[in-house]
Amino acid sequence: MENNGSLPPKPERLKQKRIRNLVIAVILLVIYIWAFSGVIRAMDWSMLQKLDENIRQVLPKLFSPDLTEWRKVFDKILETIFIAYAGTLIAAILAVPFGFWAAKNMVKSPVWNTMGKWFLILDRTFPELILAIIFVISVGPGAFAGVLTIGLTAFGMLGKLYAEVIESIDMKVVEAMEANGANKIQILFYGIMPQVLPEFLSFALYRFEIDIRASTILGLVGAGGIGTLILITAQNRNWPQLGFIIISIVVVVIAIDYISGKLRKRLV
Amino acid sequence: MQSTQHHISIYPRGMKMRVTLTLVMVALFYFFSLHKTESDFIEFFSNLDVVFMKLLSMFPPNWDYIPHAIGPLIETIQIAIVATTFSVIICIPLSLLSANTIVKNQYVYYFFRNLLNLMRTIPDILLATLFVSLFGVGILPGILALTVFSLGILAKLLSETIETIDPRQLEAIQSTGGNLLQVIWYGVVPQVLPQFISYGLYVFELNVRASLVLGFVGAGGIGSIIDTQLNFLQYKNVMAILILLLAAVIFIETVSNFLRRRVV
Amino acid sequence: MITFKDVSLVYPNGTQGLKHVNVTIDEGEFVVIVGLSGAGKSTFIRSINRMVTPTYGELYVDGENVIQLQGKELRKLRTKVGMIFQNYNLVNRSSVMKNTISGRLGHTGTLRSILNLYSKKDRALAYENLKRVNIEEYVYQRADQLSGGQQQRVSIARVLTQEPKIILADEPVASLDPPTSHQVMKYLKKINQEDHITTIVNLHFIDMAMEYADRIIGMRDGEIVFDGPASEVTEKTFEEIYNRPIREHDLRGSE
Ligand SMILES: Nc1ncnc2c1ncn2[C@@H]1O[C@H](COP(=O)(O)OP(=O)(O)O)[C@@H](O)[C@H]1O
Ligand SMILES: [Mg+2]
Repeated sequence: MENNGSLPPKPERLKQKRIRNLVIAVILLVIYIWAFSGVIRAMDWSMLQKLDENIRQVLPKLFSPDLTEWRKVFDKILETIFIAYAGTLIAAILAVPFGFWAAKNMVKSPVWNTMGKWFLILDRTFPELILAIIFVISVGPGAFAGVLTIGLTAFGMLGKLYAEVIESIDMKVVEAMEANGANKIQILFYGIMPQVLPEFLSFALYRFEIDIRASTILGLVGAGGIGTLILITAQNRNWPQLGFIIISIVVVVIAIDYISGKLRKRLV
Repeated sequence: MQSTQHHISIYPRGMKMRVTLTLVMVALFYFFSLHKTESDFIEFFSNLDVVFMKLLSMFPPNWDYIPHAIGPLIETIQIAIVATTFSVIICIPLSLLSANTIVKNQYVYYFFRNLLNLMRTIPDILLATLFVSLFGVGILPGILALTVFSLGILAKLLSETIETIDPRQLEAIQSTGGNLLQVIWYGVVPQVLPQFISYGLYVFELNVRASLVLGFVGAGGIGSIIDTQLNFLQYKNVMAILILLLAAVIFIETVSNFLRRRVV
Repeated sequence: MITFKDVSLVYPNGTQGLKHVNVTIDEGEFVVIVGLSGAGKSTFIRSINRMVTPTYGELYVDGENVIQLQGKELRKLRTKVGMIFQNYNLVNRSSVMKNTISGRLGHTGTLRSILNLYSKKDRALAYENLKRVNIEEYVYQRADQLSGGQQQRVSIARVLTQEPKIILADEPVASLDPPTSHQVMKYLKKINQEDHITTIVNLHFIDMAMEYADRIIGMRDGEIVFDGPASEVTEKTFEEIYNRPIREHDLRGSE
């Protein structure tokens, strides 16, 4: 294509880029062949024959929700909310000192500061379910393990977000207070906190929205919330009740997102 | 107001009241939540030795179990790749339809916006359960669940990026007589491609994490062997799987982060 | 030939962009539209390639009333009419070549253009046009690495690659410094003379209008308030068009 009579040759740089893109494309292709062939081999194609029947059997039942056990469902949904709330609040408080530790403008020693950042990164790499399993084994099954899990996973993200907020504050206020002879505690409460608190709260609310969703899976490993009930209901092929659970969760999530979104708008 | 000020506060009175009230409510609901979830931190800290002992029951991990976990881990990653691919493809028309720089019809625009919002309210566990109930136990419901789960997030991110593109560049392509596909390919794609790649990688990371959930509801992947080993109380095996999984997550996220930094 | 017959345009918010415009522009003319900001210059030229749609009257381009055109027909019209913008509107992250060859989009099938399968002839044409505006050395550079004047020359090459019958330029020099402005105007003039492409340029600098135009059309409040050969125009004419004395910023200045 490019050896057109009147067009100049492509520069070396572009040719290299072309080769690089080609290499990337080949690697991607290999990965895709690997992934798709694996998946196709693992696929149970016979289930597609039952699909038609399943859909005719299951879908209508899902759409006629059964409210007889609404108390149980409500209790479990409330428990899910409590877990998310308690966990998020613990994380939101715990994240404050760690946020300061990981903020560049608050820590004099860069090494110490980087350690704070790494600590938070380390925390964020743990998927919820891994921590939930560890906590269920250590403190026993129940909602408490869920609270600990949410607290510990949420705090890594909040710590990072808090650190970014702290790094963006107006340091002139702090310097002026230092010049006036204020001590560290006074600077913290009168110079820094008023600047960062609204955004801290806003991020905590945002994380609460995420944690509501996250808390629904804890029950899979016995760490409380609605997860166990979802699992049992599905295993018993109690589709009408599953339909009810799905609707309830979607309504609760939308409601909490909406309220939290409104609050966040007013905060910032 | 009759009350003369005894000492002058830097905050207005009303605000102080409101803040205090809010704090009290937040704290009350917190203690209520702790009570309801039977979270007893005093007991927790006083029995720390017991907790620690139980934790130790997971150590040392049974490394001999690792070979059994490799197969399911590979399956997990393959599910995540396939699901990410599907959602990357489907999200393109979806995000174009929910970007106001492309769609001028208000009804269409709000319909697809709200559809995306609704998709993101459904937690991954519900999607997985739903698809298992329709398709039966296997890998297919897992792929579908992750596809829908990541589609909502990806399409939202991409449509927001498409909403920030420079419409003048589209106008120029339009003025040459290009049709809609050509306008998108020549005007939109170059402007959003780097972010799109970055979002795709990000969603792949999310999918790897979320695919852990699938096995517990019978939708394939490494979760199912964790579930079995947990039920058999084989905590040392569980720990070995968790460490393997964590290593895989860290590896994938490191590579993905590296690639993301290169493209943006 | 372009003919406006009693054309009016009301924007959805009620603003009257054009009011009963009647004018004919012959093939090969170099027309400059002048008027204050908001006079309706952009609305006027964007009606011609139907980037905006007049709400009343008839507008003939090449013998065809374009007001009702839609879909394929509309794209065919736009293929015949090239447009140059104040902010160049190049696709920033694409190469100069890709930007230039996008002028062929209207002539190229969708699949071919997406797969980048342009004919040798098209590629040669694009390169030839880059040469005509002396920007060929940047052919493989990214568009956003070029200066404003260079980008505007690329956008001229893009329009030329379209092989249009008419070129519309909406304030093509408003973002450029005086020497570059003159350079761009000279290229437009040269193309008009060599290829006999009808050229309509919006300007608000009166000295440039007088220097380059064959014919000047003055607009105020959506109406044509002056129309005559550039040789007949004096500063007094502009004061009438602008309805106020000439000020310094109405002049671009010389090179
Ligand atoms: N998209 C639009 N919607 C509403 N009003 C517009 C729009 N574009 C231009 N106008 C209005 O139409 C009038 C003419 O604008 P325009 O043709 O851009 O003038 P000029 O190019 O001479 O500055 C102005 O009052 C302007 O505010
Ligand atoms: Mg204008």
